[in-house]
Amino acid sequence: MMNAAQTSTGPFGQAAAAAVDPSQTRVVQELKHTRPLFSCRFDPSGRFVFAGAQDKTVERWELASEQKSDLVGHESWVRGIAFAPRGGCMYTGDYTGRLCCWPCDAGTPTPAWTINAHEGWVRSVSVSPDGQVLATSGNDGLVKWWSATDGKPIRTLSGHGSHVYNTAFYPSGLHFVSADLHGTIRHWEVPSGAPVRQLDASLLHKYDTTFRADIGGVRGMTFSSDGRYLACAGISDVTNAFAGTGKPVVVLFDWRSGRQKMVLRTPDGFLGVTWGVVFHPAGYVIGVGGGISGGGGLWFWNPEQPMAFFSQKLASLGRDLDLHPDGTRLAIAHFDGVLRLYDMSPKPAAS
Amino acid sequence: MAFLYGCGSLEHRISRRSLLAGLVGGAVGSMGLSRVVHPAVIEQLKASQKRLLLFFMAGGSSQLETWDPKPGTDTGGPFRAIPTSVPGIHISELLPYTAQQMHHLALVRSVNTAEDDHGRGAYIMETGRRPEPVMRYPALGSVMAKFLGPADSPLPGYIHVRPGGGGQGRADAAFLGPRYAALTLGDGKPPANVLRPERLSESADRMRQQMRERIDHRFMMRRKTAETEAYAYSYDQAARLMERRDVFDVSKETAADLARYGTHDFGRHCLLARRLLENDIACVKLTHSEYDTHYENFDFHIEQLGEFDRPFATLMADLADRGLLESTLVVVMAEFGRTPRINQGLGRDHWSKAWSVVLAGCGIQPGAVIGKTNENGTAVSDREVNAGHLFHTYFRALGLDPTRKYVVNDRPIAMADPAASAITELLA
Repeated sequence: MMNAAQTSTGPFGQAAAAAVDPSQTRVVQELKHTRPLFSCRFDPSGRFVFAGAQDKTVERWELASEQKSDLVGHESWVRGIAFAPRGGCMYTGDYTGRLCCWPCDAGTPTPAWTINAHEGWVRSVSVSPDGQVLATSGNDGLVKWWSATDGKPIRTLSGHGSHVYNTAFYPSGLHFVSADLHGTIRHWEVPSGAPVRQLDASLLHKYDTTFRADIGGVRGMTFSSDGRYLACAGISDVTNAFAGTGKPVVVLFDWRSGRQKMVLRTPDGFLGVTWGVVFHPAGYVIGVGGGISGGGGLWFWNPEQPMAFFSQKLASLGRDLDLHPDGTRLAIAHFDGVLRLYDMSPKPAAS
Repeated sequence: MAFLYGCGSLEHRISRRSLLAGLVGGAVGSMGLSRVVHPAVIEQLKASQKRLLLFFMAGGSSQLETWDPKPGTDTGGPFRAIPTSVPGIHISELLPYTAQQMHHLALVRSVNTAEDDHGRGAYIMETGRRPEPVMRYPALGSVMAKFLGPADSPLPGYIHVRPGGGGQGRADAAFLGPRYAALTLGDGKPPANVLRPERLSESADRMRQQMRERIDHRFMMRRKTAETEAYAYSYDQAARLMERRDVFDVSKETAADLARYGTHDFGRHCLLARRLLENDIACVKLTHSEYDTHYENFDFHIEQLGEFDRPFATLMADLADRGLLESTLVVVMAEFGRTPRINQGLGRDHWSKAWSVVLAGCGIQPGAVIGKTNENGTAVSDREVNAGHLFHTYFRALGLDPTRKYVVNDRPIAMADPAASAITELLA
């Protein structure tokens, strides 16, 4: 188990670190769907887990009962899922450019409102910490801010030269970042939308001259809850663009300086992509991913060390992950259509 | 003495049509075509000179992201199908400009070539034959260079524009002889050395040529082969090519056209193709690369088709507007399609069992859809065809008889697979 004192502890600090032991991470629930899963998020209450899939639905499971509901309203795959911080509303974006707002705890949720948000795919959805602003990004190269209440447009942020893969609000709500296919991260001021600076995650991109196409992009992005770090997940060191042969990494930025603090790597020669990344309140970084063949990988890093201190092979590629509000469980959206819940708390001693 | 020609007969080298065009062409040199022939006759001649424009989607583009979308199915991927200019026909939303030109195109959605290897798949699609251990058949472009190329053209009959390097694709021509091999323009650049070096005077160059011709003539009196003739021909062709080097210069096109086609490589290549076709190149092949999307099929198809769609559609519209589509057969093919199953890298693998080819022009029924695949695209469900059927169809559309035979070392060889036949529903 990692020494929590080595890490940047979040609001739960030592208590959170004591509550989990990554080396004991294990599957505790399997929630099955008929298609490969593509994204996942817990709602802020922790009662439900939601998943986008390689179909037109968003799935909702109540964790206690495992009751499943299909949320119908999208026209394509959903990669972006975000919640109003105090619960109640869920926002989802699909690969036709549609953005939906859902009352997430309704019996059978139907969209409260729907917007054609982008030309082409919506790649990400995020919500400001005060719950007022909804941000989306897409293949039209744009970032858009909307009223989280009614979906009215607030601002369009332009300047990215490629598809915008991810967005995130800084914990204070005063800053915002968007990240693209080329690994360019743009820092914007909130609420003015003024550009502040750019961070360089181009390690996560390659233009392959044989393939004559771009490969990579910032596949997952999140701030640590104390605001010290920004983590960007993806693939680096691509040697074969045809097969997606490269190394799954997380580029960790020191937010204050804007410089790369560390490139977090996997220790076992695993080839593929880090598709999702979260910070645990205890301060360590958790990533999930997989390659073109074989299963997936779950990795735990200390921000002070480049190699994962614990790795776990997964039964199937993990496309996304989220941390339950209780800090002890992870949800992972798997390619095999199963949303697995992993418990990181120490196993109870045998009686 | 070895004469390894597919057919050395004069009628194959100079058809009545090309002879007529050649005679007129001879007059053009001194007087200009418009001054000796009525414009209507020029148009008629243009229309009778058939050509082939071949798009090769290298690596194997996905039929599901192009011509045969299956939205909402387990194999359909994330894209929608969009309506086209032909009511009832839908194609992938990744081809919005092409969708507006569908009234010029015909889709064959039931191709089964049963070969998932890149090299063998390409061979099958370009020769209409399955690979045989002892026989290599000529590629479509070489065949058309031989049978459609004006006999006295100073320009090569088969030009291949592709990303990467250039040169001569000798294997393409097989037993037809290297003079029908593709001249490859790497990155769309003109052939190398089309300008006489400055240090070589015109008179010195002429004397050098005359000396080479005398030596060649003496050698060929005793040891004439297809290769030696091609060797001599290549010098003659190079000299004439130098005089026509402007044909390869896309910058001669208007700024408006350059903008319409796009400033990226493929846009430039499509504009070059138009220029080459207008100069009666018998076959222009454009390779667009790269579609071998085992990984991130959807992202890569957005990027590649985003480049392909507009210039392709612009070229189709231009060929139609200029009256060239009536005499130009357009084919969009690859070595195979891609698997309906989406792998865990969000890729699609090789799939030859049920995929699509597009044809247009030269009497091909515009707006036709031939064949069907099943609900999720895993198998052909109606009117299965293979490369042999397509080859017969190309021949018929171009006014050639696919049942005729080459003669190679006294052995008759059918021009197209005798076991197949043309897709007659596609032909006018």
